[in-house]
Amino acid sequence: MLQRLGIRRGESQSATTQFDESYYLASQWQLVWRKFRRHRLAMFSLVVIAFLYSFALFAEFYSINDHQQRHVKYAKAPPHTLYFVDEEGAFHIIPFIYELKQELDMDTLQRNYTEIKSKRYSLKFFVEGKPYRLLGLIDTNIHLVGVDEPAVYFPFGTDELGRDLFSRTMHAARISLSIGFLGVVISFCLGCLIGGISGYFGGTVDLVIQRVIEFIISIPQIPLWMALAAALPPQWSSIQVYFGITIVLATIGWTTLARAVRGKLLELREADFVMAARISNMGDFDIIIKHLLPSFASFLIVVLSLSVPGMILAETALSFLEIGIRPPAVSWGVLLQDAQNIRSLSQSPWLLIPGLFVIVTVLAFNFLGDGLRDAADPYKQ
Amino acid sequence: MKSYVLQRLVYLVFLLWMVSVVTFVVIQLPPGDYLSTYISRLEQAGEDLSDEEVDNLRRQYGLDLPIFLRYFKWIGQVVNGDFGFSFDWQQPVRDIIGERLALTFTIAILSALFTYAVAIPIGIYSATHQYSLGDYVVSIIGFIGLAIPNFMLALMLLYSAWSSYELNLMGLFSPEFVSAPWSLARIGDLLLHLPIPIVVIGTGGTAGLIRVLRGTLLDELNKQYVITARSKGVGEVKLLFKYPVRVALNPIISSLAWLFPSLISGGTITAIVLGLPTAGPMLYRALITQDTFLTATLLMFVTILTVIGTTVSDILLVVVDPRIRMERAAS
Repeated sequence: MLQRLGIRRGESQSATTQFDESYYLASQWQLVWRKFRRHRLAMFSLVVIAFLYSFALFAEFYSINDHQQRHVKYAKAPPHTLYFVDEEGAFHIIPFIYELKQELDMDTLQRNYTEIKSKRYSLKFFVEGKPYRLLGLIDTNIHLVGVDEPAVYFPFGTDELGRDLFSRTMHAARISLSIGFLGVVISFCLGCLIGGISGYFGGTVDLVIQRVIEFIISIPQIPLWMALAAALPPQWSSIQVYFGITIVLATIGWTTLARAVRGKLLELREADFVMAARISNMGDFDIIIKHLLPSFASFLIVVLSLSVPGMILAETALSFLEIGIRPPAVSWGVLLQDAQNIRSLSQSPWLLIPGLFVIVTVLAFNFLGDGLRDAADPYKQ
Repeated sequence: MKSYVLQRLVYLVFLLWMVSVVTFVVIQLPPGDYLSTYISRLEQAGEDLSDEEVDNLRRQYGLDLPIFLRYFKWIGQVVNGDFGFSFDWQQPVRDIIGERLALTFTIAILSALFTYAVAIPIGIYSATHQYSLGDYVVSIIGFIGLAIPNFMLALMLLYSAWSSYELNLMGLFSPEFVSAPWSLARIGDLLLHLPIPIVVIGTGGTAGLIRVLRGTLLDELNKQYVITARSKGVGEVKLLFKYPVRVALNPIISSLAWLFPSLISGGTITAIVLGLPTAGPMLYRALITQDTFLTATLLMFVTILTVIGTTVSDILLVVVDPRIRMERAAS
């Protein structure tokens, strides 16, 4: 209790000392950044999100193995354990793994894996491997981690076909993370347009649009998403399905954004500073650019960051049900398809690992949004 | 008050009409019509259809009509209680959806009760114990509940029940009870299977409700009337429940409006994963097999149930919160 009081007093002191000259000279965005930095959880989430998106951008670099290659010798292999201490008790600063050997249990017909303690392989960093093109620009063959042949390293184990789950998770980040982003951008455009019209014109137009939005919100989303996603033609290519799913998600997702935009627009229109600007003979265009847009932008960033997780969860759910992204394209939901029943789960629980990435992403975006919401209005103490 | 209820009911009729239009549009979207699916299935089964028979079928299902006439034909049948024929189940749609919809609705209501039973005490606790350890723990659990996809939580619970107790809790009944007549043993079996779906479906909404309740209650607790009452020596418990909690419960009631759609929606995927005999898995199967009439009817009923739920919660809110009535009267 005392400790907490101490911390809080410390905080308030630093807050008052911040009220020096630089505080009054700082621009709005500088103030937002200052306030955001104090929200530790949000800062941490920002780092996590940066990492996750780096997985998506540099998936090939993080991948240890080719994500589509089937290692027949290692089907359904559990994740490798990293060791620091070897059989003789000697400590190694660079972790190592033991090669796995497959044994077929003749009674249950299950594959069991045992570690061959005599075959030790140290991890190597920045190793040369399969050539790829980084960001589609630079030809290279450097991968973050690897082990010497003939061993293969599976940090997350493998699926039924012996494909490296870790590399697949990295590649899946591409679709899962970008679909959330793209879906939000599309619903954002729709939401701004329709919400803007609603808030700007008011009256009957506003009434009709609001009723339509209420109606769409009252429809259970997932059944509708399922129906729309199932309507995508089966002969579509992966790219077409990807955009199809994004549009399906956005057509229903725009409503909350439109509502938020309208509400904020109505609120801002009546704000004192807009009135002040109008009295001082400022033109409409200048008011929009210099006053409305900045106060609106910070608000929009908050709303956007809070709507990304919903999109990601929806994509995961649809792909999990096999009506979203279709293999061979991989998303986290596609990877979770393998974990659909208790039997495969009890044999290989590591198949749920891609789900952890979903959870972490959703949590990070929620915390980031919370932090941004606090920071969006830097003048509020 | 009466006029407001009346107004809502008129609006409800309008909503129901919108539901039918949306449903109709959605079922028209898939490429190829259901008849071609049906015909190809008949051909697979070895039956040969002449062109004349195909034309007859087209006319019977009204596929030769322009789209808006088809809508009127369809809606005319629906109003008369004829929902069409399920190609997949080989039965009239009306005969197979009743029990499923009833179960869907029951599970949604039970999940809502679960949500409230958990969210209200926890919300009050974390507001009155702001920044305490319990508050943080609850917030973290709530956040995680918000972030876990429903189906994953379902899978994890199933897995833990299986690995620690060798219990297979898929479905609503154990295999030996699926088609057994109602008995005490069957009810016991149902009670054993119910908690997982209810917990899974309820969790998502619980986290959101706790946050809402905590926020509103914190606002209320800082208000002047609370301080006044405290200075007059009103006991803490009475002080808390007499006004602030009652005021803070209002958003909870209005939350029914979005809670209900989200329960039905979240219930769909959970039910598919858990293999519950509800509308979700049936809809999923109907979508995969392009069983058009079944899809349309299920989609429509699920939506109608939620729209009615939303209307009821709106009316309830006006009944409970007199301030809303005042505002309406003033305007």
